[in-house]
Amino acid sequence: MFDRRLIYHFEWVLLLTVLLLAGIGIINLYSATANWTYGAPPLYIKQLVWLGSGLVVALLVCLFDYRHLQYLAVHSYLVGVGLLIAVALLGHTTMGATRWIHLGFINVQPSEVIKVAIILLFARLLSKTASPQGFGMKDLWRPFLWLLLPTVLILKQPDLGTSVMVVLIALSMLMFAGLRRATTIWLSLLALVTLVMSWFGLHDYQRARVRTFLNPEADPLGSGYHIIQSKIAVGSGGLFGKGFLEGTQAQLSFLPERHTDFAFSVFAEEWGFVGCLLLLLLYLFLVAWGMYIARQASDQFGLFLAVGVTAMFFWHIVVNLAMVIGLLPVVGVPLPFFSYGGTSMVTMMIGVGLLMNVSMRRFMF
Amino acid sequence: MTLKIKWTDLPSVQRRFVLYTLAATLVFLLLLLRLWYLQVISYEELFERSVRNRTRMLITEAPRGPVYDRNGMLLVDNRPAFQISVMRQDIVNRDELFQRLSVLLDVDVDSLVMRWQEGLRLPAYRPVPLVIDVDRELVELVQENSIDLPGVLIEVRPVRDYPDPDAVAHVIGYLGEITEQELRNSRPGAYRGGDLVGKMALERAYEESLKGDKGQQLIEVDVQGRLLRMLQTQAAEPGSKVYLTIDLELQQAAIEAFGDRAGAAVALDVHSGEVLAMVSLPTYNPAQFARGISADEWRALTGDRRNPLQNKAITALYPPASTFKMLVALAAMRAGIATADRVIQCDGALVVGDSRFRCWKREGHGATNLKKALRESCDVWFYQVGLELGIDRLAAAAEEFGLGSTLGFSLPGERAGTMPSREWKRLQFNQPWYAGETVIAAIGQGYVLTTPLQLAVMTAAMVNGGKVLKPQIVDRIEDWDGYQTRLFEPQLIRQLDYTPEQLRMIDDGMVAVVNELRGTGRRAHLDEIKIGGKTGTSQVIRRLSDEEEELLTGDEYIPYRHRSHALFVAYAPAEDPQIAVAVVVEHGQSGGQVAAPIARDMISRYFEHKDE
Repeated sequence: MFDRRLIYHFEWVLLLTVLLLAGIGIINLYSATANWTYGAPPLYIKQLVWLGSGLVVALLVCLFDYRHLQYLAVHSYLVGVGLLIAVALLGHTTMGATRWIHLGFINVQPSEVIKVAIILLFARLLSKTASPQGFGMKDLWRPFLWLLLPTVLILKQPDLGTSVMVVLIALSMLMFAGLRRATTIWLSLLALVTLVMSWFGLHDYQRARVRTFLNPEADPLGSGYHIIQSKIAVGSGGLFGKGFLEGTQAQLSFLPERHTDFAFSVFAEEWGFVGCLLLLLLYLFLVAWGMYIARQASDQFGLFLAVGVTAMFFWHIVVNLAMVIGLLPVVGVPLPFFSYGGTSMVTMMIGVGLLMNVSMRRFMF
Repeated sequence: MTLKIKWTDLPSVQRRFVLYTLAATLVFLLLLLRLWYLQVISYEELFERSVRNRTRMLITEAPRGPVYDRNGMLLVDNRPAFQISVMRQDIVNRDELFQRLSVLLDVDVDSLVMRWQEGLRLPAYRPVPLVIDVDRELVELVQENSIDLPGVLIEVRPVRDYPDPDAVAHVIGYLGEITEQELRNSRPGAYRGGDLVGKMALERAYEESLKGDKGQQLIEVDVQGRLLRMLQTQAAEPGSKVYLTIDLELQQAAIEAFGDRAGAAVALDVHSGEVLAMVSLPTYNPAQFARGISADEWRALTGDRRNPLQNKAITALYPPASTFKMLVALAAMRAGIATADRVIQCDGALVVGDSRFRCWKREGHGATNLKKALRESCDVWFYQVGLELGIDRLAAAAEEFGLGSTLGFSLPGERAGTMPSREWKRLQFNQPWYAGETVIAAIGQGYVLTTPLQLAVMTAAMVNGGKVLKPQIVDRIEDWDGYQTRLFEPQLIRQLDYTPEQLRMIDDGMVAVVNELRGTGRRAHLDEIKIGGKTGTSQVIRRLSDEEEELLTGDEYIPYRHRSHALFVAYAPAEDPQIAVAVVVEHGQSGGQVAAPIARDMISRYFEHKDE
């Protein structure tokens, strides 16, 4: 089963890009938490451990041929949905939201599991049904139903960020498989209506976030605080930044969540526009390389798998950055490989493993 | 698949790869444009704001609600206490700073380090308190030297202040730092780590009313953390004012009368169930908790065998002893077993089976009716009547009076006590009930256990026409606009079905106890107010047998913990009862000698002060 070609085709480019991003993230984390006099071991050490675990996971995911995964797609989806239901029934509540489930030794966030499961499921579905004509409305009801159940469950937690992620990933894959023109128009209309309708279904705190996004200065004390402070941090970095460990916004603790969702604003403050440019180029390269891997894939399942994983990276990066620099309302989405957090790191590394898997087996039929 | 055109090779699919990559690049370009706008075009403005416009969110503590007695006398309020704190991130050199503070404030560095370490649990932006409750002069000293003390700030925090701390300790209770458990169970935003919450008594039971709502201030500070201007303020809402039914003067009178004895006293308004006084001794000083109790002080309180922290009025259990006798008589009259005129010959003991149950008076009381039996506390009369009544009817009557169950009192920790019955003993010990146990129960000994509060409620019910009233300690709660947010009306637990005639017989006996020549409670007599009462002396260890007693020489030393508890229940004025009192003096030896004068002093002070 093990093939020497695998070593020859080992996906170094992707792995090194990810390692570089994670390395910058950890250095940034060191700065973001430099004045935290408590908590041992320090967070950057913990994140280093997470990165290590993530790498192991990624390599494990490389070991077997990804094509076997087609037959497990539905199972993994069912497991993911099962966990979501379990979390709704007996989950652990932190900060008003129930997102975690204790599995004895480890805490699992089922909404992360479902991201990967949806990618697998849609890759399987689309690789079987994609046709040159593209999908019509009639072909879409099935994927729609598959998607609806987990999305509703995640929304119930409530976790707006993740549910938006799941929908965006699935949509990106669907669009890649091709939609008829009429269908595209219909879908756009549907999305618009949903957007308007969902405003009334949002939680108060979510609605407050959207409102403050539109006008943050109206409530600088409350929900506008995040956005204003983050913008000040990013903007005051200027062209070349204030220097490592010198970001006053971050170091003086004006920035909330500065080690997780707002890690990028610490980076932007200390490294300036030039630093941001380099970091963004690196992320753009990651996305482009993901598409490149998709294009090289030896079969349709691999192609859609790679597109799905790349879409996952892309949407996380874009939504997080846009939120931090005030282009989108604050939804809790971490920056891949950069924000502190084990769950996000492991999920993203599974994605990396899948991409490497597809890439390394591109010449095997 | 190989024969068909590969889907991936379709030009439209190939185009999609390019399209997707291009779209991603465009989005990234958009992000970069925004970054350019923020970091280059708006740079000067935002940089300026980051230097000058450093905002901090401060939480202003809400002053806790004050508590008043029934006459509007202040029982607890707040005073401002200054504390010296540090902002962790503003410290330049910690050791040097502590050194300076230590010299300036005359505290040792170790205690500063200890506080610092405790403070590390707080979020990073919260100041760590180093020295709590500092004098004004020291505060000024710190202010003068603030240039050399980077990161140090002076905080004002409201602290509980008690005009007469000893008098109200057990009613008011004290505050303590919120536990993680409490924090988790509280409404989000209501509390933060390090907050003080009610831990005992009223402070705990009425936490929700007393605590008020925190305020918020968004302030602008400079690099040194100095206040530049206030951006937005949301004022703190002080906690509601709580008016108690307690009469502070009566409370003080009870404590004075106790001297340095241990025990508890409860006084009730017999018509409303309002608690006029509730004391437990020895008392403690809740101000110790307000300024932060030291380890030594805490050890002294918890190590004291007389339990100063315990509110004995509701949480300590005592055999009611002879104060239980009125209840036995009432139950017997209702059951038709005895009338007030029933005469029983007391020869100093009653023999039941093989056992001989002695009256406290060895030579006996001779021919005794109810009034005499109460007046002189003859045990034999009640042994006989109790035996004929049987434990189950006695238990039923006692339970109606509120014994053996909690009364729903609003302060936490109230205990139910025990009123034994056949069923109770079977469940508890899986044993049958013996006649001898009925005899013992009939004089309020054996398994019978009550709280002083229950005795007061029982006494009140005997003189107010048989109304068992829920004892209440809060009269009303008012918010600061003067609206009565909550008013506490009298609550009837049960109306008892004794005839006025039966109740009058009991009253007669209780008046005789205090006012007639041979009464055991003569020391409670007052010339101006006619008091009715009943003494009780409850054994802590078993009563001596005849033989043992003959060996006594007369003035043996009895160790404190073996001495009997002294009890007295009373009401006044006899003609128109208004107040009921229950007094228990732990190891006070004699109800008539020790407990009765305390009740008398309380009643005397109550009416003296009421007539003013």
